[in-house]
Amino acid sequence: MKLTRKDVEKVAELARLEFSEEEKIMFAGQLNTILGYFDKLKELDTSAVETTTHASAISNVLREDKAGPSISSEESLSNAPDKKGDCFRVPIVIE
Amino acid sequence: MELYSYTLHELQEMLRKGEVTSKDITMSVFKRIKEVEGCIGAFITLMKERALEQADMADIRIRKGEIDSLTGIPIAIKDNMCIQGVRTTCGSKILENYVPPYDGTVIKRLKEQSPVFVGKTNMDEFAMGSSTEASYFGITHNPWDRERVPGGSSGGSASAVCADECIAALGSDTGGSIRQPAACCGIVGLKPTYGRVSRFGLVAFASSLDQIGPMTKDVKDCAILLSVISGYDSLDSTSVNSKAVDYERALKGDIKDIKIGIPKEYFEKGGIDRCVERSIFNAKSELERLGATFVEVSLPHSEFAIATYYLIAPAEASSNLARYDGVKYGYRSSKAKKLKGMYTRTRSEGFGQEVKRRIMLGTYALSAGYYDAYYKKASQVRTLIKRDFDYAFRECDLLLTPTIPNPAFKIGEKIDDPLQMYLFDVFTVPANLTGIPAISVPCGFSKEGLPIGLQLLARHFEEEMLLKVAYAFEQHTSFHLKKPIIKKEES
Repeated sequence: MKLTRKDVEKVAELARLEFSEEEKIMFAGQLNTILGYFDKLKELDTSAVETTTHASAISNVLREDKAGPSISSEESLSNAPDKKGDCFRVPIVIE
Repeated sequence: MELYSYTLHELQEMLRKGEVTSKDITMSVFKRIKEVEGCIGAFITLMKERALEQADMADIRIRKGEIDSLTGIPIAIKDNMCIQGVRTTCGSKILENYVPPYDGTVIKRLKEQSPVFVGKTNMDEFAMGSSTEASYFGITHNPWDRERVPGGSSGGSASAVCADECIAALGSDTGGSIRQPAACCGIVGLKPTYGRVSRFGLVAFASSLDQIGPMTKDVKDCAILLSVISGYDSLDSTSVNSKAVDYERALKGDIKDIKIGIPKEYFEKGGIDRCVERSIFNAKSELERLGATFVEVSLPHSEFAIATYYLIAPAEASSNLARYDGVKYGYRSSKAKKLKGMYTRTRSEGFGQEVKRRIMLGTYALSAGYYDAYYKKASQVRTLIKRDFDYAFRECDLLLTPTIPNPAFKIGEKIDDPLQMYLFDVFTVPANLTGIPAISVPCGFSKEGLPIGLQLLARHFEEEMLLKVAYAFEQHTSFHLKKPIIKKEES
């Protein structure tokens, strides 16, 4: 499977990244080398193997639905690149 | 001997006896930093003013007889753990000015004992890297040879401990990021069992793999620091509710009857530097002399570990890093007029090359049409790797391997070849994929004088066994006592 410059553009779009033409060519090359190495996994028949998504035996960690203390809205907004009143401010979404 | 060159447990003893003050130790550490930091570059942020205040506070506490194991001890923290009010960059431009409004759980636990925070250490951006060359804030040099990398991603913490710019440090380990730099710099580094230490307040990289752990001058210090940071935390849903352990007590006793396995695949396939192989076999002889027995075991899926890891970690990272959108915190590009463009510009300007590469890799592995072939496949192979270890641990109590296949490489040597860089993690990623604890301890030097590390791995939650064997080895060797000669720069 060969990753093309076009594929790089598509994946970049999904990841909300953009690249120069030069970068697209570089990433296509590097990702192909890495993905080529990953093809090693195809040597293994895993059709009957379950997936492991985490390394501990814990599941369904629940707690009582009870309100507790949290940081103030002022603190929440203290790192905001842009804010107005008690809100985060973003550029226009629709015109 | 300068105070900065002592270990944590030695200084603790001196503080207890009233022979020194925390202020003395802290001043000594900052004197050292002034001398060597210019040629090491271990820190992103130094916290001198605050540190001296904390030292005064610690001294008041000590005078009242309220001394805990870390009271008054200067500690460095990898810059991906949140300390309230202190810039936490994660080595990234995107978090260059991020000041967390809260303490991570490990920081909270440390603070209960009134330590001194020296500063925040350099790291590969978002902990993605094996050399600390991928930091937005510049590279960190290996104290043993300035031309070489300190390993990564916790290279700043490793260098700082090695160069005596702090007494102990915390790092994080997703695929070897504590153990691998510990080996490169000739110090001790431990990745605890997944779930042992809370990650609340640790900037997430790959959540099924990330774990915080100690980086120290010797094994006893490692045990002390691990005792403080371990324990259940309701704020991390992967935290395991196990009883508190005093790991220092686990160090005592002989290691007779402990059975150590050597995975044959690691040595059959080649790729290990001759000097590393020799040191590992010398270590094996030493442990045998101390009463441990050895058995050859098989980890048949070893050759698939890197591919598995470098699919799973980037996949999780691509999801975790979706939060950096320029809205609530962090960098925002001013070059876009609309929201979607703002997201894209912010991320493209804010992330470095390696982070983008991994986001691309992860996004691709999770995308429609490729999910089964890549992410799901890797998750299945992860099961096979886990089974390998389960079977191996039926035949032995611990596994012994090199931590890294060769000593620290030269700065720039692998930077244009990501796959070669990834392969440096070949012996460390399995512990993350399986969640088991592992420690790296110094076990020799190459003929160029570069440190070599051995890795011990244990079953889930058997850190005590790791520490006990590592301590026995250390007590009968002197590798951990050797210090690099660093060219001082008076500034």
